[in-house]
Amino acid sequence: MPQTVTIEIRRYRPEEEAEPTWQRYEVPFWREWMVLDALNYIKDHVDGTLSFRWSCRMGVCGSCGMMVNGNPALTCATYLETLVPGPVQVEPLRGFPVIRDLVCDLTDFITKLQRVQPWIVRETEGTPAQGEYRQTPDELAAYRPYAMCINCLLCYAACPIYELEPGFLGPAVIALAQRYNLDSRDQGREARMDVLSEHDGIWACTLVGECSTVCPKHVDPAGAIQRYKLDAAVAWVKALVLPRSGR
Amino acid sequence: METHVHDVLVIGGGGAGLRAAIAVAETDPALRVAMVSKVYPMRSHTVSAEGGAAAVIKPDDSLDAHAYDTISGGEWLCDQDAVELFVREAPEEMLRLEHWGCPWNREPDGHVAVRAFGGMKIRRTWFAADKTGFHLLHALFQTSLKYASIARYDEWFVTRLLVGEGRCLGVVALELASGEMHALLAKAVILATGGGGRVFPFTTNANIKTGDGMALAYRAGVPLKDMEFVQYHPTGLPFTGILITEAARSEGGWLLNKDGYRYLQDYDLGRPEPTPVLRAMELGPRDRLSQAFVKEMEKGRTIETAHGHVVHLDVRHLGEPVIEAKIPFVRELCLTYEHLDPVHELIPVRPVVHYMMGGVHTDLTGATPLPGLYAAGETACVSINGANRLGSNSLTEILVFGARAGRAAAAYAARAPAPTGPTRAQALDEERRVLSKVRGDGGGGERVATIRTAMQRALEAGAGIYRDEVGLRRAAEGIEGLKARAQGVTLDDRSHTFNTEVVAFLELENMLDVAEAIVHAALVRRESRGAHQRTDFPARDDNRFLAHSLAYRSPNGPPRVDLLPVTITRWPPGERVYGR
Repeated sequence: MPQTVTIEIRRYRPEEEAEPTWQRYEVPFWREWMVLDALNYIKDHVDGTLSFRWSCRMGVCGSCGMMVNGNPALTCATYLETLVPGPVQVEPLRGFPVIRDLVCDLTDFITKLQRVQPWIVRETEGTPAQGEYRQTPDELAAYRPYAMCINCLLCYAACPIYELEPGFLGPAVIALAQRYNLDSRDQGREARMDVLSEHDGIWACTLVGECSTVCPKHVDPAGAIQRYKLDAAVAWVKALVLPRSGR
Repeated sequence: METHVHDVLVIGGGGAGLRAAIAVAETDPALRVAMVSKVYPMRSHTVSAEGGAAAVIKPDDSLDAHAYDTISGGEWLCDQDAVELFVREAPEEMLRLEHWGCPWNREPDGHVAVRAFGGMKIRRTWFAADKTGFHLLHALFQTSLKYASIARYDEWFVTRLLVGEGRCLGVVALELASGEMHALLAKAVILATGGGGRVFPFTTNANIKTGDGMALAYRAGVPLKDMEFVQYHPTGLPFTGILITEAARSEGGWLLNKDGYRYLQDYDLGRPEPTPVLRAMELGPRDRLSQAFVKEMEKGRTIETAHGHVVHLDVRHLGEPVIEAKIPFVRELCLTYEHLDPVHELIPVRPVVHYMMGGVHTDLTGATPLPGLYAAGETACVSINGANRLGSNSLTEILVFGARAGRAAAAYAARAPAPTGPTRAQALDEERRVLSKVRGDGGGGERVATIRTAMQRALEAGAGIYRDEVGLRRAAEGIEGLKARAQGVTLDDRSHTFNTEVVAFLELENMLDVAEAIVHAALVRRESRGAHQRTDFPARDDNRFLAHSLAYRSPNGPPRVDLLPVTITRWPPGERVYGR
């Protein structure tokens, strides 16, 4: 095992430079270290100007997604050991505007998330006095995998469509819409269908499936998209045949 | 400098902050409420909570049983009026979360399922596998998106409270993306910034847990209550400090010493049985289990590793189906961070700083002594947690007291006059202070990380699981010296755009204030109770210390620490009995 490893980081400091540049750092190599530990070593001991987001360091807050050797990854869950002898290249997530260094702008995701109404929609809301909405373990299992999304956006960085089609809602947002559609407590499917069936919605996806491959929580957004396309197509045919009952 | 005007500001976007913001929006949709958070809300540390949230819902349970478990678990330092209303309002809040989509585990008939937790006589912990905090946070965040009246300032870091006319009038905040300072004026401000475990070197807490809200209040003259009580969770993974949930033990996991012996039987926690016994052995309270670890280490019966002494958590006998169904995240964390599979292997664990029972002094509505300033969640101390928080009460607490603070702040804002007074001058002062740090004025070449590491070591050495006068004095002197040295920090980063180094510096200042309060409150409490164990005063002393500590910041020198009697309603102080 090596004593040190070279980390090459895609830097971008908009106040100082017009274009991104690469910067090399030499850091100690420890078996226990994740890529994030190397970044923190640089930040704390070598170069305090390096900017990146991180928080939980246990793979659940979704802050520290970056491109590592060209692949989207949670840096808190990617061992340096798997990348030696290096050099290890770290870049901001692909497909997003870069604010600075490894920090990218998430505004687009947040806006799109809100558009699909990611909350329980009910005609009449229950009161706590009425007790819980009943939901069997099977009904829970129907949507739970889609509820595991940590919003890390690795799926967007992996998606070949998102970069080209700025209007595309993207894998995580569609998976989260599906999470509510499949929840037995929800009655908002139709309202969400309107958003999802727009040109920019699911039809842009060519089912490459990279989103599901990179998902660290096995959410399978590609599966959600496929299922939705089918539902939407059926609804569209129904609307043609039975225009009054509509969707 | 730009000024923004709202009616209610919520500082922090975790569970307590989101619940508070929703409560404001529901109480009065005309109120302009804004949430200011240094991270996007779904990144907040609530996300890391694992095991569950306690609330009475099953017919075999009772509010009194929940209250008694909480009060005895807190070694009679909880205010019992607060606990009574907490257990009463808990089921309603949990049901609301259910209606908002939280994917609670279910019984076959569709009712919510509950599991056992440490220090609990009857099962009452609602859970969403072992990612309860994650699901709760995302359900709250996503639900909050439907309220049009909730504005958000994501990735804005609050650096100061604006105070004038004897009340809180808003905050000053750094917009990370631009590096600009802003004044945000409001009639009411709710602090919901969570805890500050990062003052210690080994903690389950996320990087963002730097006691920001506590420090903001402390500097504004608001006392911090019961800061000496720091909870060590008995089962953290070595090196990373990642939490292995208590649910691993409530599902039947065992704690073993180096000889494979269930050592808790030697510490007055009951007899080892093959299946879990409530309020006994591995399901004892966290303070007692962490203290037992230290005693076991002193006897030479722990396992020495490169990352400190450990014992073993054994869940192998539960089998893969139970592990996958009830504690899948435990398996995921062990596989990722320890290269081991708990289905077949022992998990190395050691006590790890997890939670602060203390915080900003509030009343039952979340109001602090400063009019217009409220606090909720781990930032606050109501107190329902006393000297040792009962596992699975904290997620419920953020809901109950987040909602209470939101409603109280909304009512206050509806009748308070618009903020006026000296806010402009204060905001400009603060802008000068922060931006001069970015410019590098007056620096002495110190690095943030050097001082942070020294602070963490001083606190662990002097204010760990066991404490004494000499060690605490040394820690107090250490922290005082570091506060002076922190002013000599020079930043490498002179950029305004997303300057994470200046944030780290401001967080360090916050942590030094929190550390000071912890150490000085611990010096005053010359007794042992719950998580505060003084080897020089090993007994509990109800005559002198059935009281909360209140630490008031002094501009120069150590804080003043006062005592405030505990409110007792129906449970007179008694012996804590576990396993017998």
